[in-house]
Amino acid sequence: MTADTPLLRVSAVSKSYGQRIGCQDVSFELWPGEVLAVVGESGSGKTTLLNCISTRLLPTSGTVSYRMRGGDWRELYRMSEAERRFLMRTDWGFVHQNPADGLRMTVSAGANVGERLMAVGDRHYGNIRATALDWLGRVEIEADRVDDEPRSFSGGMRQRLQIARNLVTGPRLVFMDEPTGGLDVSVQARLLDLLRGLVTDLGLAAIVVTHDLAVARLLSHRMMVMKDGRVVETGLTDRVLDDPREAYTQLLVSSILQV
Amino acid sequence: MPTPLVVSEVSKSFFMHLRGGLRLPVVENVSFALKTRECAVLGGPSGVGKSSIIKMLYGNYAADTGQIIVQHDGRLIDLASASPRTVLAVRRDTIGYVSQFLRTVPRVSAVDVVAEPLAVRGVDREDARAKARELLARLNLPEMLWSLPPATFSGGEQQRVNIARGFITDHPVLLLDEPTASLDAKNRQVVMEMIGEKKAAGVALLGIFHDQDVRDAVADAVIDVTRFAPGKVAA
Repeated sequence: MTADTPLLRVSAVSKSYGQRIGCQDVSFELWPGEVLAVVGESGSGKTTLLNCISTRLLPTSGTVSYRMRGGDWRELYRMSEAERRFLMRTDWGFVHQNPADGLRMTVSAGANVGERLMAVGDRHYGNIRATALDWLGRVEIEADRVDDEPRSFSGGMRQRLQIARNLVTGPRLVFMDEPTGGLDVSVQARLLDLLRGLVTDLGLAAIVVTHDLAVARLLSHRMMVMKDGRVVETGLTDRVLDDPREAYTQLLVSSILQV
Repeated sequence: MPTPLVVSEVSKSFFMHLRGGLRLPVVENVSFALKTRECAVLGGPSGVGKSSIIKMLYGNYAADTGQIIVQHDGRLIDLASASPRTVLAVRRDTIGYVSQFLRTVPRVSAVDVVAEPLAVRGVDREDARAKARELLARLNLPEMLWSLPPATFSGGEQQRVNIARGFITDHPVLLLDEPTASLDAKNRQVVMEMIGEKKAAGVALLGIFHDQDVRDAVADAVIDVTRFAPGKVAA
């Protein structure tokens, strides 16, 4: 977080579906190594926002600029489709809530990881396999499962495999949509711990969409609370959670069940 | 004497939207300065806003008005208006904090919880762990607990992990929110010694201490928080 230039600039992004507002007038900057949590209930526009920023959905208005590895700023929606896809495959990662959306379920775990390496030009089978094995180890998948298809994996393992597939190319920015959604709490804890370690060790910037405030507290530095497509409150994660200012944030925080 | 942290005319209230817009004033016109080599103590009965003041100084609570000026990285920063990134940088390098209760993270061992503030500053992980073990040993935490996550520890054990985590860095400002509350006499003594060492090293400390004996032993100045009670402006 010491770098003085942001990595991503989102300015006045709006998306409407006809009359209905997806997200409205969202602006923020993200710095290298910074994890931003976007929280809100379902329908609050957080996934729409994530999709608009990650080039998966064309915003109705507004701009998203990204600082490329060379240091030049590019406006995402002025890049060609091919350039955007290359960015997505190399410098970015996208972790879906449902691992099946981010994995190829009928090829082996090793190939799922190796595929992204081949996309960036690696052609040496031995290297690819070694790197894939290394990454499976980092996400705590046993080496003897490398040739198995993710169809045979549990939900938690699939999610860890999806993370390995995304991180193997050394991305600088990772988008995560409810990365722990639908997992058992013990599996969730393991995944969160893993994500926390990887994000810190690799100095990744990340935007994590979640409805789970505990996940936001554990993973993020900064938090953005959304309601009805708008950002209602933003700030340091522990400040927003411990001293919420807005009515809606107070409602969200006071609705957490204590264990 | 240098004053690494100056609080000036800070006020804080809670606005409870869910309780029909109830405004709960906490403190008004809080002004004081911390000096290096000294431990200042916030005094006053519970509920008077001592913890809230410490939390504002750490950026955990927002201040409604006023300034919290801290010397950070050769500059003066107003924490009351600083961006989240700046607050995080100040926490990493300048202001340390021992909270009242340890917030545990699943699967992270006591040693790593303690070592983390050093690790995020780029200290080699094994060196950071070595320093963490040293502190945990000094605070008499049984060695068999070091590699376990503190979630299941007793209150006193968790608090010692928390103290070790707060004391492991050489931050020039250290905030202590009841660090000795759940400790036995022997460990209270250790903490008092550690506070003395921080003072000797030039750290400015601000603490809340319930035990009169600890307070008498460590306090160089007492800041009476009842002075900042709402409605007492410019008395």
